[in-house]
Amino acid sequence: MRSATKRLFPKADRWAKISLNFFMLIVAIVWLTPLWMMTIYASHDDQMIFSGSIIAHHGGQFLENFAELQSKQDFVRAIINSVIVASAGTFFGLVVSSLAGYALARFKFAGAKAIFAMIIFILAVPGIAIVIPEYVILVRYMGLSNTYFGVVLPYLANALGVFFMRQTFLALPQEIMEAAYLDGASELRIFAKIALPLVRPAMASLAIILFIACWNDYLWPLLVLTTEARQTAPIALGRLVGLNTVAWGPMMVGVTLMTIPFVTLFLLLQRQIVSGIANGAIK
Amino acid sequence: MSPKNRITPYAFIAPYLIAFGCLWLIPIIYSFSMSFFNTRARPWKFDMLHNWGRLFEDALFLATLKNTFLIILVQVPFMLALAVIFAVFLNSKLLFLKGIYRFAIFAPIVVADAAYAVIFRLLFNDDFGFVNQLLNAVGIADIAWTGSSAGAIALISISLTWRWTGYNAVIILAGLQSIPKDIYEASELDGASRFTQFLYITLPNLKPVILLCLVLSTFGTLQLFTEPTLLTEGGPGVSTTTVAMYMYQQGFKSFNFGYGSAIAYFIVFIGLGLSLIQFKLLGSKSDA
Repeated sequence: MRSATKRLFPKADRWAKISLNFFMLIVAIVWLTPLWMMTIYASHDDQMIFSGSIIAHHGGQFLENFAELQSKQDFVRAIINSVIVASAGTFFGLVVSSLAGYALARFKFAGAKAIFAMIIFILAVPGIAIVIPEYVILVRYMGLSNTYFGVVLPYLANALGVFFMRQTFLALPQEIMEAAYLDGASELRIFAKIALPLVRPAMASLAIILFIACWNDYLWPLLVLTTEARQTAPIALGRLVGLNTVAWGPMMVGVTLMTIPFVTLFLLLQRQIVSGIANGAIK
Repeated sequence: MSPKNRITPYAFIAPYLIAFGCLWLIPIIYSFSMSFFNTRARPWKFDMLHNWGRLFEDALFLATLKNTFLIILVQVPFMLALAVIFAVFLNSKLLFLKGIYRFAIFAPIVVADAAYAVIFRLLFNDDFGFVNQLLNAVGIADIAWTGSSAGAIALISISLTWRWTGYNAVIILAGLQSIPKDIYEASELDGASRFTQFLYITLPNLKPVILLCLVLSTFGTLQLFTEPTLLTEGGPGVSTTTVAMYMYQQGFKSFNFGYGSAIAYFIVFIGLGLSLIQFKLLGSKSDA
Protein backbone atom coordinates (compact mmCIF):
# COMPACT_ATOMS: atom_id res chain seq x y z
CA MET A 1 0.00 0.00 0.00
CA ARG A 2 2.81 2.39 0.90
CA SER A 3 4.50 1.90 -2.43
CA ALA A 4 1.20 2.30 -4.27
CA THR A 5 0.68 5.72 -2.65
CA LYS A 6 4.11 6.86 -3.65
CA ARG A 7 3.66 5.71 -7.19
CA LEU A 8 0.33 7.43 -7.67
CA PHE A 9 1.02 10.78 -6.01
CA PRO A 10 4.74 11.48 -6.14
CA LYS A 11 4.49 15.25 -6.47
CA ALA A 12 1.39 15.81 -4.38
CA ASP A 13 3.08 13.84 -1.64
CA ARG A 14 5.81 16.34 -0.99
CA TRP A 15 3.48 19.34 -0.59
CA ALA A 16 0.98 17.35 1.39
CA LYS A 17 3.81 16.22 3.64
CA ILE A 18 5.18 19.72 4.21
CA SER A 19 1.85 21.41 4.83
CA LEU A 20 0.59 18.58 7.03
CA ASN A 21 3.68 18.61 9.22
CA PHE A 22 3.69 22.39 9.40
CA PHE A 23 0.02 22.50 10.36
CA MET A 24 0.47 19.95 13.10
CA LEU A 25 3.54 21.76 14.41
CA ILE A 26 1.46 24.93 14.86
CA VAL A 27 -1.32 22.91 16.50
CA ALA A 28 1.13 21.31 18.91
CA ILE A 29 2.59 24.68 19.88
CA VAL A 30 -0.86 26.18 20.46
CA TRP A 31 -1.97 23.13 22.44
CA LEU A 32 1.07 23.08 24.71
CA THR A 33 1.09 26.84 25.32
CA PRO A 34 -1.41 26.86 28.22
CA LEU A 35 0.61 24.26 30.15
CA TRP A 36 3.87 26.00 29.34
CA MET A 37 2.50 29.40 30.41
CA MET A 38 1.23 27.80 33.60
CA THR A 39 4.78 26.96 34.63
CA ILE A 40 5.99 30.41 33.59
CA TYR A 41 3.33 32.28 35.56
CA ALA A 42 4.03 30.08 38.57
CA SER A 43 7.56 31.44 38.71
CA HIS A 44 6.77 35.17 38.66
CA ASP A 45 5.37 37.64 41.16
CA ASP A 46 2.21 39.62 40.47
CA GLN A 47 4.09 42.77 39.60
CA MET A 48 5.59 40.94 36.65
CA ILE A 49 2.32 39.25 35.68
CA PHE A 50 0.45 42.58 35.76
CA SER A 51 3.20 44.38 33.88
CA GLY A 52 1.42 44.09 30.57
CA SER A 53 4.38 42.75 28.67
CA ILE A 54 4.61 39.27 27.26
CA ILE A 55 6.41 36.99 29.68
CA ALA A 56 8.25 34.29 27.80
CA HIS A 57 10.78 33.05 30.32
CA HIS A 58 10.70 31.47 33.75
CA GLY A 59 11.29 33.72 36.74
CA GLY A 60 12.84 32.89 40.08
CA GLN A 61 9.78 33.25 42.27
CA PHE A 62 8.53 29.67 42.31
CA LEU A 63 9.53 28.86 45.89
CA GLU A 64 8.35 32.22 47.22
CA ASN A 65 5.05 31.70 45.44
CA PHE A 66 4.79 28.23 46.90
CA ALA A 67 5.39 29.58 50.41
CA GLU A 68 2.73 32.23 49.91
CA LEU A 69 0.28 29.65 48.58
CA GLN A 70 0.85 27.43 51.62
CA SER A 71 0.38 30.36 53.98
CA LYS A 72 -2.99 31.19 52.42
CA GLN A 73 -4.19 27.63 52.04
CA ASP A 74 -2.61 24.27 52.81
CA PHE A 75 -2.41 23.13 49.22
CA VAL A 76 -0.09 20.21 49.93
CA ARG A 77 -2.75 18.88 52.31
CA ALA A 78 -5.36 19.35 49.57
CA ILE A 79 -3.28 17.30 47.16
CA ILE A 80 -2.85 14.57 49.78
CA ASN A 81 -6.64 14.60 50.27
CA SER A 82 -7.09 14.26 46.51
CA VAL A 83 -4.71 11.32 46.42
CA ILE A 84 -6.59 9.62 49.28
CA VAL A 85 -10.01 10.16 47.69
CA ALA A 86 -8.91 9.21 44.17
CA SER A 87 -6.98 6.12 45.36
CA ALA A 88 -9.89 4.84 47.44
CA GLY A 89 -12.40 5.60 44.67
CA THR A 90 -10.22 3.84 42.11
CA PHE A 91 -9.49 0.79 44.25
CA PHE A 92 -13.06 0.12 45.36
CA GLY A 93 -14.42 1.08 41.95
CA LEU A 94 -12.10 -1.50 40.38
CA VAL A 95 -13.10 -4.22 42.86
CA VAL A 96 -16.82 -3.66 42.38
CA SER A 97 -16.58 -3.26 38.59
CA SER A 98 -14.40 -6.29 37.99
CA LEU A 99 -16.55 -8.57 40.16
CA ALA A 100 -19.73 -7.46 38.42
CA GLY A 101 -18.16 -7.45 34.96
CA TYR A 102 -16.88 -10.98 35.56
CA ALA A 103 -20.33 -12.20 36.63
CA LEU A 104 -21.92 -10.71 33.51
CA ALA A 105 -19.27 -12.14 31.19
CA ARG A 106 -18.91 -15.64 32.62
CA PHE A 107 -22.24 -16.72 34.05
CA LYS A 108 -25.67 -17.14 32.60
CA PHE A 109 -28.13 -16.34 35.35
CA ALA A 110 -31.67 -15.09 35.74
CA GLY A 111 -31.70 -11.32 35.53
CA ALA A 112 -28.30 -11.00 33.83
CA LYS A 113 -29.81 -9.55 30.67
CA ALA A 114 -31.93 -7.10 32.62
CA ILE A 115 -28.93 -5.96 34.64
CA PHE A 116 -26.85 -5.45 31.51
CA ALA A 117 -29.65 -3.51 29.81
CA MET A 118 -29.92 -1.35 32.91
CA ILE A 119 -26.19 -0.61 32.83
CA ILE A 120 -26.43 0.51 29.22
CA PHE A 121 -29.35 2.74 30.16
CA ILE A 122 -27.45 4.30 33.06
CA LEU A 123 -24.59 5.17 30.75
CA ALA A 124 -27.04 7.43 28.93
CA VAL A 125 -28.27 9.33 31.99
CA PRO A 126 -26.31 12.44 32.96
CA GLY A 127 -24.75 12.15 36.42
CA ILE A 128 -26.14 15.53 37.35
CA ALA A 129 -29.57 13.97 37.85
CA ILE A 130 -28.52 12.28 41.06
CA VAL A 131 -26.39 14.93 42.73
CA ILE A 132 -29.22 16.45 44.76
CA PRO A 133 -30.79 13.21 46.06
CA GLU A 134 -27.34 11.73 46.74
CA TYR A 135 -26.55 14.80 48.77
CA VAL A 136 -29.82 14.53 50.67
CA ILE A 137 -29.30 10.81 51.35
CA LEU A 138 -25.57 10.68 52.10
CA VAL A 139 -25.08 14.04 53.75
CA ARG A 140 -28.40 14.82 55.37
CA TYR A 141 -29.68 11.37 56.32
CA MET A 142 -26.46 9.39 56.74
CA GLY A 143 -24.45 12.27 58.16
CA LEU A 144 -21.44 11.71 55.89
CA SER A 145 -20.76 15.41 55.54
CA ASN A 146 -17.04 16.23 55.38
CA THR A 147 -15.93 12.58 55.27
CA TYR A 148 -13.76 10.87 52.68
CA PHE A 149 -16.19 7.97 52.87
CA GLY A 150 -19.06 10.15 51.72
CA VAL A 151 -17.08 11.44 48.75
CA VAL A 152 -15.89 8.01 47.67
CA LEU A 153 -19.18 6.07 48.00
CA PRO A 154 -20.80 7.25 44.73
CA TYR A 155 -17.65 6.26 42.81
CA LEU A 156 -18.43 2.60 43.58
CA ALA A 157 -21.51 2.40 41.38
CA ASN A 158 -19.70 2.92 38.10
CA ALA A 159 -21.68 1.61 35.13
CA LEU A 160 -18.88 2.40 32.69
CA GLY A 161 -16.46 0.34 34.78
CA VAL A 162 -18.77 -2.68 34.83
CA PHE A 163 -19.37 -2.38 31.10
CA PHE A 164 -15.65 -2.06 30.42
CA MET A 165 -14.76 -5.10 32.56
CA ARG A 166 -17.55 -7.20 31.07
CA GLN A 167 -16.21 -6.54 27.57
CA THR A 168 -12.70 -7.34 28.78
CA PHE A 169 -13.65 -10.65 30.41
CA LEU A 170 -15.76 -11.64 27.40
CA ALA A 171 -12.65 -11.47 25.23
CA LEU A 172 -10.91 -14.15 27.34
CA PRO A 173 -11.02 -17.74 26.08
CA GLN A 174 -13.63 -19.41 28.25
CA GLU A 175 -11.89 -22.82 28.07
CA ILE A 176 -9.17 -21.74 30.50
CA MET A 177 -11.66 -20.96 33.23
CA GLU A 178 -13.78 -23.98 32.36
CA ALA A 179 -10.75 -26.26 32.73
CA ALA A 180 -9.94 -24.81 36.16
CA TYR A 181 -13.57 -25.28 37.13
CA LEU A 182 -13.48 -28.95 36.13
CA ASP A 183 -10.30 -29.30 38.19
CA GLY A 184 -12.37 -28.30 41.19
CA ALA A 185 -11.21 -24.72 41.71
CA SER A 186 -13.73 -22.42 43.37
CA GLU A 187 -15.18 -19.58 41.30
CA LEU A 188 -13.56 -16.96 43.50
CA ARG A 189 -10.22 -18.71 42.99
CA ILE A 190 -10.72 -18.86 39.23
CA PHE A 191 -11.55 -15.18 39.23
CA ALA A 192 -8.63 -14.11 41.39
CA LYS A 193 -5.93 -16.51 40.19
CA ILE A 194 -6.77 -17.00 36.50
CA ALA A 195 -9.09 -14.35 35.10
CA LEU A 196 -7.72 -11.24 36.86
CA PRO A 197 -4.05 -11.78 35.96
CA LEU A 198 -5.07 -12.20 32.33
CA VAL A 199 -6.85 -8.84 32.17
CA ARG A 200 -4.20 -6.86 34.03
CA PRO A 201 -3.47 -4.46 31.14
CA ALA A 202 -7.15 -3.60 30.69
CA MET A 203 -7.52 -3.12 34.44
CA ALA A 204 -4.56 -0.77 34.40
CA SER A 205 -6.30 1.31 31.72
CA LEU A 206 -9.53 1.40 33.72
CA ALA A 207 -7.64 2.23 36.92
CA ILE A 208 -5.98 5.25 35.31
CA ILE A 209 -9.28 6.48 33.89
CA LEU A 210 -11.08 6.07 37.22
CA PHE A 211 -8.25 7.80 39.05
CA ILE A 212 -8.33 10.78 36.70
CA ALA A 213 -12.13 10.97 36.94
CA CYS A 214 -12.07 10.92 40.77
CA TRP A 215 -9.20 13.41 40.88
CA ASN A 216 -11.01 15.68 38.45
CA ASP A 217 -14.40 15.62 40.15
CA TYR A 218 -15.48 19.06 41.30
CA LEU A 219 -19.17 19.35 42.12
CA TRP A 220 -19.50 16.30 44.39
CA PRO A 221 -16.48 16.94 46.65
CA LEU A 222 -17.48 20.60 46.72
CA LEU A 223 -20.78 19.56 48.27
CA VAL A 224 -19.45 16.96 50.72
CA LEU A 225 -16.07 18.27 51.88
CA THR A 226 -16.78 21.45 53.75
CA THR A 227 -13.58 22.21 55.63
CA GLU A 228 -10.18 23.31 54.43
CA ALA A 229 -8.52 20.33 56.13
CA ARG A 230 -10.50 17.84 54.07
CA GLN A 231 -10.95 19.54 50.70
CA THR A 232 -9.45 18.11 47.53
CA ALA A 233 -7.08 20.05 45.27
CA PRO A 234 -9.70 21.25 42.73
CA ILE A 235 -11.89 22.53 45.57
CA ALA A 236 -8.93 24.29 47.19
CA LEU A 237 -8.18 25.90 43.84
CA GLY A 238 -11.79 26.99 43.40
CA ARG A 239 -11.75 28.50 46.86
CA LEU A 240 -8.55 30.43 46.06
CA VAL A 241 -10.21 31.84 42.93
CA GLY A 242 -13.25 32.85 44.96
CA LEU A 243 -11.18 34.57 47.65
CA ASN A 244 -9.88 37.14 45.16
CA THR A 245 -7.08 37.98 47.57
CA VAL A 246 -4.55 35.44 46.38
CA ALA A 247 -1.94 36.47 43.86
CA TRP A 248 -1.84 34.77 40.50
CA GLY A 249 1.69 33.46 40.88
CA PRO A 250 0.94 31.36 43.98
CA MET A 251 -2.32 30.19 42.43
CA MET A 252 -0.43 29.00 39.36
CA VAL A 253 1.95 27.13 41.64
CA GLY A 254 -1.09 25.23 42.94
CA VAL A 255 -2.29 24.52 39.41
CA THR A 256 1.19 23.36 38.42
CA LEU A 257 1.49 21.06 41.43
CA MET A 258 -1.78 19.33 40.64
CA THR A 259 -1.15 19.14 36.88
CA ILE A 260 2.51 18.24 36.31
CA PRO A 261 2.32 14.79 37.99
CA PHE A 262 -0.54 13.85 35.68
CA VAL A 263 1.11 15.17 32.54
CA THR A 264 4.23 13.20 33.49
CA LEU A 265 2.10 10.13 34.14
CA PHE A 266 0.49 10.63 30.77
CA LEU A 267 3.89 10.81 29.11
CA LEU A 268 4.73 7.42 30.63
CA LEU A 269 1.37 5.68 30.32
CA GLN A 270 -0.06 7.27 27.19
CA ARG A 271 -0.78 3.91 25.58
CA GLN A 272 -2.88 2.60 28.49
CA ILE A 273 -4.79 5.84 28.91
CA VAL A 274 -5.56 6.17 25.23
CA SER A 275 -6.61 2.53 24.85
CA GLY A 276 -8.76 2.81 27.96
CA ILE A 277 -10.66 5.76 26.54
CA ALA A 278 -11.01 4.20 23.10
CA ASN A 279 -12.14 0.83 24.43
CA GLY A 280 -14.55 2.30 26.96
CA ALA A 281 -16.20 4.24 24.18
CA ILE A 282 -16.09 1.93 21.20
CA LYS A 283 -16.10 -1.72 22.27
CA MET B 1 -20.41 -22.59 31.68
CA SER B 2 -23.06 -23.07 34.35
CA PRO B 3 -21.55 -23.66 37.77
CA LYS B 4 -23.50 -25.88 40.12
CA ASN B 5 -23.75 -23.20 42.70
CA ARG B 6 -26.57 -20.95 41.53
CA ILE B 7 -25.73 -18.27 44.05
CA THR B 8 -22.18 -17.63 42.81
CA PRO B 9 -23.04 -15.17 40.01
CA TYR B 10 -25.19 -13.13 42.37
CA ALA B 11 -22.43 -13.04 44.94
CA PHE B 12 -20.11 -11.57 42.31
CA ILE B 13 -22.55 -8.94 41.17
CA ALA B 14 -24.00 -8.13 44.60
CA PRO B 15 -21.54 -5.36 45.56
CA TYR B 16 -22.35 -3.48 42.38
CA LEU B 17 -26.10 -4.04 42.70
CA ILE B 18 -26.10 -2.82 46.30
CA ALA B 19 -24.04 0.24 45.42
CA PHE B 20 -26.20 0.84 42.37
CA GLY B 21 -29.43 0.49 44.33
CA CYS B 22 -28.41 2.78 47.17
CA LEU B 23 -26.40 5.33 45.25
CA TRP B 24 -28.21 5.39 41.96
CA LEU B 25 -31.63 3.82 41.77
CA ILE B 26 -33.03 5.13 45.03
CA PRO B 27 -31.57 8.63 44.50
CA ILE B 28 -32.92 8.90 40.99
CA ILE B 29 -36.43 7.87 42.03
CA TYR B 30 -36.19 10.05 45.10
CA SER B 31 -35.07 12.96 42.97
CA PHE B 32 -37.96 12.53 40.57
CA SER B 33 -40.45 12.47 43.41
CA MET B 34 -38.81 15.50 45.05
CA SER B 35 -39.44 17.49 41.90
CA PHE B 36 -43.18 17.20 42.65
CA PHE B 37 -42.86 18.60 46.15
CA ASN B 38 -42.68 22.09 47.45
CA THR B 39 -39.46 21.58 49.40
CA ARG B 40 -39.52 25.09 50.78
CA ALA B 41 -42.58 24.23 52.88
CA ARG B 42 -42.11 22.55 56.28
CA PRO B 43 -42.87 19.67 56.03
CA TRP B 44 -42.43 19.18 52.28
CA LYS B 45 -45.78 19.52 50.58
CA PHE B 46 -46.90 17.57 47.51
CA ASP B 47 -47.66 19.97 44.71
CA MET B 48 -47.64 18.51 41.24
CA LEU B 49 -46.73 21.63 39.29
CA HIS B 50 -45.03 23.75 41.91
CA ASN B 51 -41.56 23.21 40.40
CA TRP B 52 -42.32 21.99 36.91
CA GLY B 53 -44.70 24.88 36.28
CA ARG B 54 -42.16 27.34 37.58
CA LEU B 55 -39.50 26.11 35.12
CA PHE B 56 -41.22 27.60 32.13
CA GLU B 57 -41.99 30.93 33.78
CA ASP B 58 -38.58 31.37 35.31
CA ALA B 59 -36.76 33.86 33.07
CA LEU B 60 -33.44 33.11 34.75
CA PHE B 61 -33.80 29.38 34.12
CA LEU B 62 -34.70 29.99 30.48
CA ALA B 63 -31.70 32.30 30.14
CA THR B 64 -29.33 29.66 31.53
CA LEU B 65 -30.89 27.09 29.21
CA LYS B 66 -30.27 29.41 26.27
CA ASN B 67 -26.65 29.97 27.34
CA THR B 68 -26.05 26.24 27.59
CA PHE B 69 -27.51 25.60 24.14
CA LEU B 70 -25.48 28.45 22.70
CA ILE B 71 -22.25 26.93 24.05
CA ILE B 72 -23.25 23.50 22.68
CA LEU B 73 -24.07 24.95 19.24
CA VAL B 74 -20.89 27.01 19.03
CA GLN B 75 -18.44 24.61 20.58
CA VAL B 76 -19.41 21.00 19.85
CA PRO B 77 -19.46 21.08 16.00
CA PHE B 78 -16.23 23.11 15.90
CA MET B 79 -14.48 20.76 18.30
CA LEU B 80 -15.64 17.61 16.52
CA ALA B 81 -14.53 18.94 13.13
CA LEU B 82 -11.11 19.68 14.64
CA ALA B 83 -11.02 16.26 16.28
CA VAL B 84 -11.70 14.54 12.95
CA ILE B 85 -8.95 16.59 11.27
CA PHE B 86 -6.46 15.86 14.06
CA ALA B 87 -7.30 12.16 14.07
CA VAL B 88 -6.95 11.85 10.29
CA PHE B 89 -3.64 13.73 10.36
CA LEU B 90 -2.31 11.73 13.31
CA ASN B 91 -3.19 8.60 11.39
CA SER B 92 -1.48 9.81 8.21
CA LYS B 93 1.66 8.13 6.93
CA LEU B 94 2.95 11.54 5.92
CA LEU B 95 3.27 12.84 9.49
CA PHE B 96 6.66 12.61 11.20
CA LEU B 97 7.28 12.62 14.95
CA LYS B 98 3.75 11.48 15.70
CA GLY B 99 4.60 10.88 19.35
CA ILE B 100 5.11 14.60 19.99
CA TYR B 101 1.85 15.59 18.32
CA ARG B 102 -0.10 12.88 20.09
CA PHE B 103 1.29 14.06 23.39
CA ALA B 104 0.50 17.71 22.70
CA ILE B 105 -3.09 17.05 21.63
CA PHE B 106 -3.93 14.29 24.11
CA ALA B 107 -2.24 15.71 27.23
CA PRO B 108 -5.21 17.94 28.21
CA ILE B 109 -7.15 14.71 28.87
CA VAL B 110 -5.36 14.38 32.20
CA VAL B 111 -5.64 18.04 33.23
CA ALA B 112 -8.33 18.65 35.84
CA ASP B 113 -11.24 20.91 34.85
CA ALA B 114 -10.58 23.24 37.76
CA ALA B 115 -6.89 23.50 36.86
CA TYR B 116 -7.28 24.42 33.22
CA ALA B 117 -10.19 26.75 33.98
CA VAL B 118 -7.86 28.76 36.23
CA ILE B 119 -5.05 28.70 33.64
CA PHE B 120 -7.38 30.00 30.93
CA ARG B 121 -8.76 32.60 33.29
CA LEU B 122 -5.29 34.07 33.59
CA LEU B 123 -4.29 33.60 29.92
CA PHE B 124 -7.46 35.33 28.72
CA ASN B 125 -7.50 38.06 31.36
CA ASP B 126 -8.89 41.19 29.68
CA ASP B 127 -6.24 43.57 31.00
CA PHE B 128 -2.96 41.71 31.32
CA GLY B 129 -3.60 38.23 29.87
CA PHE B 130 -1.17 36.53 27.54
CA VAL B 131 -3.69 36.23 24.70
CA ASN B 132 -4.60 39.92 24.58
CA GLN B 133 -0.90 40.80 24.79
CA LEU B 134 -0.24 38.57 21.79
CA LEU B 135 -3.14 40.18 19.94
CA ASN B 136 -1.77 43.64 20.79
CA ALA B 137 1.64 42.61 19.51
CA VAL B 138 0.16 41.93 16.08
CA GLY B 139 -1.90 45.11 16.17
CA ILE B 140 -5.26 43.80 17.30
CA ALA B 141 -7.04 45.64 20.09
CA ASP B 142 -7.88 43.93 23.39
CA ILE B 143 -10.81 41.53 23.26
CA ALA B 144 -13.17 41.67 26.23
CA TRP B 145 -13.04 37.95 26.96
CA THR B 146 -14.68 38.19 30.35
CA GLY B 147 -16.17 41.65 29.94
CA SER B 148 -18.59 40.90 27.11
CA SER B 149 -21.08 38.09 26.73
CA ALA B 150 -19.88 37.14 23.24
CA GLY B 151 -16.29 37.12 24.50
CA ALA B 152 -17.22 35.01 27.51
CA ILE B 153 -19.07 32.44 25.38
CA ALA B 154 -16.07 32.33 23.05
CA LEU B 155 -13.69 31.95 25.99
CA ILE B 156 -15.64 29.00 27.43
CA SER B 157 -15.84 27.41 23.97
CA ILE B 158 -12.10 27.83 23.35
CA SER B 159 -11.28 26.34 26.74
CA LEU B 160 -13.58 23.37 26.24
CA THR B 161 -12.08 22.82 22.80
CA TRP B 162 -8.57 22.77 24.23
CA ARG B 163 -9.57 20.27 26.90
CA TRP B 164 -11.79 17.89 24.92
CA THR B 165 -10.60 17.82 21.28
CA GLY B 166 -7.88 15.33 22.15
CA TYR B 167 -10.31 13.10 24.00
CA ASN B 168 -12.59 12.95 20.97
CA ALA B 169 -9.63 12.53 18.63
CA VAL B 170 -8.63 9.42 20.62
CA ILE B 171 -12.05 7.88 19.99
CA ILE B 172 -12.10 8.93 16.33
CA LEU B 173 -8.55 7.67 15.83
CA ALA B 174 -9.62 4.25 17.16
CA GLY B 175 -12.52 4.37 14.70
CA LEU B 176 -10.16 5.25 11.85
CA GLN B 177 -7.87 2.37 12.65
CA SER B 178 -10.76 -0.06 12.51
CA ILE B 179 -11.61 0.85 8.90
CA PRO B 180 -10.31 -2.04 6.75
CA LYS B 181 -7.15 -0.99 4.89
CA ASP B 182 -8.10 -2.81 1.70
CA ILE B 183 -10.90 -0.33 0.97
CA TYR B 184 -8.25 2.40 0.66
CA GLU B 185 -5.98 0.17 -1.39
CA ALA B 186 -8.77 -0.64 -3.83
CA SER B 187 -9.71 3.03 -4.24
CA GLU B 188 -6.06 3.97 -4.75
CA LEU B 189 -5.85 1.56 -7.64
CA ASP B 190 -8.93 3.31 -9.05
CA GLY B 191 -7.00 6.59 -8.86
CA ALA B 192 -8.97 8.21 -6.06
CA SER B 193 -7.35 11.30 -4.53
CA ARG B 194 -6.81 11.59 -0.81
CA PHE B 195 -9.63 14.07 -0.46
CA THR B 196 -12.01 11.79 -2.38
CA GLN B 197 -10.99 8.95 -0.10
CA PHE B 198 -11.66 11.09 2.96
CA LEU B 199 -15.08 12.11 1.65
CA TYR B 200 -16.29 8.75 0.38
CA ILE B 201 -14.49 6.22 2.59
CA THR B 202 -13.29 7.82 5.81
CA LEU B 203 -16.26 10.01 6.72
CA PRO B 204 -19.02 7.44 6.04
CA ASN B 205 -17.09 4.80 7.98
CA LEU B 206 -16.55 7.20 10.86
CA LYS B 207 -20.20 8.17 11.09
CA PRO B 208 -21.07 5.93 14.05
CA VAL B 209 -17.99 7.06 15.96
CA ILE B 210 -18.62 10.74 15.26
CA LEU B 211 -22.22 10.24 16.33
CA LEU B 212 -21.00 8.72 19.58
CA CYS B 213 -18.68 11.70 20.16
CA LEU B 214 -21.53 14.08 19.35
CA VAL B 215 -23.81 12.45 21.91
CA LEU B 216 -21.06 12.29 24.57
CA SER B 217 -20.10 15.94 24.00
CA THR B 218 -23.68 17.16 24.05
CA PHE B 219 -24.29 15.31 27.31
CA GLY B 220 -21.09 16.63 28.82
CA THR B 221 -21.77 20.22 27.83
CA LEU B 222 -25.36 20.04 29.09
CA GLN B 223 -23.86 19.37 32.52
CA LEU B 224 -21.20 22.06 32.20
CA PHE B 225 -20.43 23.43 35.64
CA THR B 226 -16.77 23.69 36.67
CA GLU B 227 -15.44 25.76 33.77
CA PRO B 228 -17.95 28.62 33.76
CA THR B 229 -17.87 28.66 37.58
CA LEU B 230 -14.13 29.18 37.74
CA LEU B 231 -13.52 30.98 34.43
CA THR B 232 -16.24 33.58 34.17
CA GLU B 233 -18.27 32.99 37.35
CA GLY B 234 -21.26 32.82 35.05
CA GLY B 235 -20.79 36.38 33.85
CA PRO B 236 -20.84 38.99 32.65
CA GLY B 237 -24.33 39.25 34.10
CA VAL B 238 -25.68 35.74 33.66
CA SER B 239 -24.46 35.35 30.10
CA THR B 240 -22.37 32.24 30.82
CA THR B 241 -24.41 30.84 33.71
CA THR B 242 -25.29 27.29 32.66
CA VAL B 243 -28.29 25.16 33.60
CA ALA B 244 -26.08 23.04 35.84
CA MET B 245 -24.86 26.15 37.66
CA TYR B 246 -28.45 27.27 38.10
CA MET B 247 -29.34 23.84 39.47
CA TYR B 248 -26.47 24.18 41.93
CA GLN B 249 -27.64 27.64 42.99
CA GLN B 250 -31.22 26.50 43.47
CA GLY B 251 -30.32 23.18 45.10
CA PHE B 252 -27.38 24.10 47.29
CA LYS B 253 -27.41 27.87 47.74
CA SER B 254 -31.16 28.30 48.19
CA PHE B 255 -31.55 24.68 49.37
CA ASN B 256 -34.61 24.31 47.21
CA PHE B 257 -34.14 20.60 46.50
CA GLY B 258 -37.48 20.22 44.73
CA TYR B 259 -36.81 22.93 42.19
CA GLY B 260 -33.20 21.81 41.80
CA SER B 261 -34.41 18.29 41.06
CA ALA B 262 -36.88 19.54 38.47
CA ILE B 263 -34.02 21.39 36.74
CA ALA B 264 -31.78 18.30 36.90
CA TYR B 265 -34.52 16.15 35.39
CA PHE B 266 -35.15 18.72 32.72
CA ILE B 267 -31.47 18.43 31.76
CA VAL B 268 -31.82 14.64 31.65
CA PHE B 269 -34.89 14.77 29.40
CA ILE B 270 -33.26 17.27 27.07
CA GLY B 271 -30.13 15.13 26.91
CA LEU B 272 -32.11 12.01 26.05
CA GLY B 273 -34.22 13.94 23.53
CA LEU B 274 -31.18 15.47 21.85
CA SER B 275 -29.38 12.15 21.55
CA LEU B 276 -32.51 10.59 20.04
CA ILE B 277 -32.65 13.39 17.47
CA GLN B 278 -28.94 13.01 16.76
CA PHE B 279 -29.35 9.28 16.25
CA LYS B 280 -32.29 9.89 13.93
CA LEU B 281 -30.56 12.62 11.91
CA LEU B 282 -27.27 10.86 11.50
CA GLY B 283 -29.08 7.54 11.78
CA SER B 284 -26.90 4.51 11.50
CA LYS B 285 -27.54 0.84 12.03
CA SER B 286 -23.99 0.04 12.99
CA ASP B 287 -23.27 -0.43 16.66
CA ALA B 288 -20.78 2.13 17.87
